[in-house]
Amino acid sequence: MIPLLIYAAIFVASFLIVSRVVRRAARRDFTALKTVTFGDESAVVSDRWASVISIVTIFVLWGMFTGSALLPGFLHAPGPFEGVATFDYTAQTPDGERDDATVTVLVHPVDQKVEAPEVDPGDGWARNDSATVGMWRSGLIRVDRNDELGRAEGAEVVAVNGEPIAPGGSVGTEFGRVGMSPKGTLNFEPDKGWQMEPIWLPSPEAVVVRMGEIAGEGFRGSTLWEHLGYSLFRVVVGFFFGALLGIPLGYAMGLSNWFRGWFDPIVEFMRPVPPLALIPLVIIWAGIGETGKIILLFLAALWIMAIAARSGVSGVAISKVHAAYSLGASKWQIMRHVIMPNSLPEIFTGARVAMGVCWGTVVAAELVAAEKGAGMMIMVASKFQNTDIVIMGIILIGVIGFGIDMLMRWAERVMVPWKGKV
Amino acid sequence: MSGLAIENLSMRFDLPGGTSVQALQDVSLHLKEGELLSVLGPSGCGKTTLLNILAGFLAPTEGQVVMNGHRVTGPDAERGMVFQQGALFEWMNVRDNVSFGPRMKGMGRAEMAGIVDHLLEVVGLRDFKDKAVYELSGGMQQRVALARCLANDPDVILMDEPLGALDALTREKMQSLVLKLWKETGKTIILITHSVEEALLLGERLLVMAPRPGRIHKEYRLPFADMGVGADLREVKKHPDYAPTREEILNMIWNMEEEIMGRVEAGA
Ligand SMILES: Nc1ncnc2c1ncn2[C@@H]1O[C@H](COP(=O)(O)OP(=O)(O)OP(=O)(O)O)[C@@H](O)[C@H]1O
Ligand SMILES: [Mg+2]
Repeated sequence: MIPLLIYAAIFVASFLIVSRVVRRAARRDFTALKTVTFGDESAVVSDRWASVISIVTIFVLWGMFTGSALLPGFLHAPGPFEGVATFDYTAQTPDGERDDATVTVLVHPVDQKVEAPEVDPGDGWARNDSATVGMWRSGLIRVDRNDELGRAEGAEVVAVNGEPIAPGGSVGTEFGRVGMSPKGTLNFEPDKGWQMEPIWLPSPEAVVVRMGEIAGEGFRGSTLWEHLGYSLFRVVVGFFFGALLGIPLGYAMGLSNWFRGWFDPIVEFMRPVPPLALIPLVIIWAGIGETGKIILLFLAALWIMAIAARSGVSGVAISKVHAAYSLGASKWQIMRHVIMPNSLPEIFTGARVAMGVCWGTVVAAELVAAEKGAGMMIMVASKFQNTDIVIMGIILIGVIGFGIDMLMRWAERVMVPWKGKV
Repeated sequence: MSGLAIENLSMRFDLPGGTSVQALQDVSLHLKEGELLSVLGPSGCGKTTLLNILAGFLAPTEGQVVMNGHRVTGPDAERGMVFQQGALFEWMNVRDNVSFGPRMKGMGRAEMAGIVDHLLEVVGLRDFKDKAVYELSGGMQQRVALARCLANDPDVILMDEPLGALDALTREKMQSLVLKLWKETGKTIILITHSVEEALLLGERLLVMAPRPGRIHKEYRLPFADMGVGADLREVKKHPDYAPTREEILNMIWNMEEEIMGRVEAGA
């Protein structure tokens, strides 16, 4: 909740600041002369500042709530309590006799082994206690165990830091909450602060460090690049075969009644079936090895490419085909010089979609079953609660997906320069 | 027997639901080699249908088209086509568009380059040889389309409103170009237009068609096309016969449109 509010605040504040300070100077183009821009989509351009601040904000918030060392301390959200906490308790015997004692608790990072601190027993029949509790955790503290008059003698704790406490109740202290179980045992829960425990969300630098580690040492017997490379390899091979068969199939469907009639029901049926739904069947048929994955991606790409090629053919202006015929072109020449180039924009659009779907599908398939791959890496990491590896994997999967799309767009610009210009 | 003979052409489109449209009824016409014919008529009178039959994209329900002694059964390089717009190949530059026909026939590079250079010179696009088609203006694109058609050296050139999408000024220049090409190449040209002025200027013979069923209403033989070759078209328009003919044809078409509208209203 609080991160969301901070996020919204940064959104609004940076908008106000940027529009006051920066925008004044910029914008000397044609759009600046437009008097009405609301509703004019062409006047909306992505604001560079907004993009930069948006990305920075995400990392800053991430750092704030994980206590990242990359941020100056004053930006951190309040962290969990760490160190030595103390509180007093008051015990009372059945005949109304009271005595006070102090409890000293060492609150330590959960991955450290520590000894309870040595404390002076103090005077009176209630003795001082010491205990250890992990950060973000809580611990039962049997304070009566070392007292001369304990629970066995009928004594019970009635107050913490002078405030009365009863079974089921609790008292807030400066170091955290002291609760009492229904049976009368004290339970200390040190302040959790607002930061996330690394097991939920590790800090950015922890993810980077882990990435360096895995890049160097590997994960589960394969290097990071092998994991990512395997995923990419499956996508590329599956897409390649999908396009190799799908494009000619789409052309045939766009050019022949028989092909259209024969394959339309199949394609139209298979198109809405999510490739993920095929995973179980493919595993049954082909196992979890490379063959199965490539068949799955082949199927994912096949229908998309077939439909793209088909609509590429139907998109040919009939006047172009007629012009080619009256210029003396043969059927094959029309195919080669008119229909194929004319369908390129559609095919590229299809290829971008197919690549996206394949990349998503391969990760999902690896989540289910694989020995190598980006999806397998984060799945296994999540089983061992290696959240840093999971986050690193997600980021790398996103970056690669984005990279694939950029590559396709670049190829499209080079191969289809006329797209959108006619 | 040279030339283009259109013999008793009828074209009926059967529509789903049992009705049918008589797009052409008993159209006959003989064109000698090198004649320039413009075709005029209200919308829907079958002009495009006629041209598609001549090009060989449609088979008539009755009658036939005979070209240089053989019957037309399909598209052929002897009958070139210039469309209103959008028929150029965007994935080729200007040069490749123009050389498309010869290239398909397997002509040698050197010979092809000669033809392309010559035709681009003729249509005034010499410096645009390597430009992409989508970088040209509408008028330039139509000039490329003309050059592409001519590069194939067809006997007949069929044009369906080739200048329809151009602005008035560009249109006038293109009209002069068409006249010049007609005289220089001696091709038979059939040109469909919606503009009476264009039909007068670009028609040695002018055909006015009537709708429902599409048929030839009246034919004119006009002197303006010959006068317009190499001359200022605005001067041609000052000829004493020009304005009366224009008014006559305008009235004729106006009346046809009225009749259609009346029939539609009566039917409604
Ligand atoms: N493929 C078709 N199917 C059914 N009817 C058609 C078809 N093509 C044309 N027609 C009909 O034939 C008639 C003539 O059409 P055509 O396109 O030849 O007219 P046009 O004279 O070229 O009109 P415009 O000047 O508007 O281009 C019209 O009534 C039209 O509705
Ligand atoms: Mg028409």
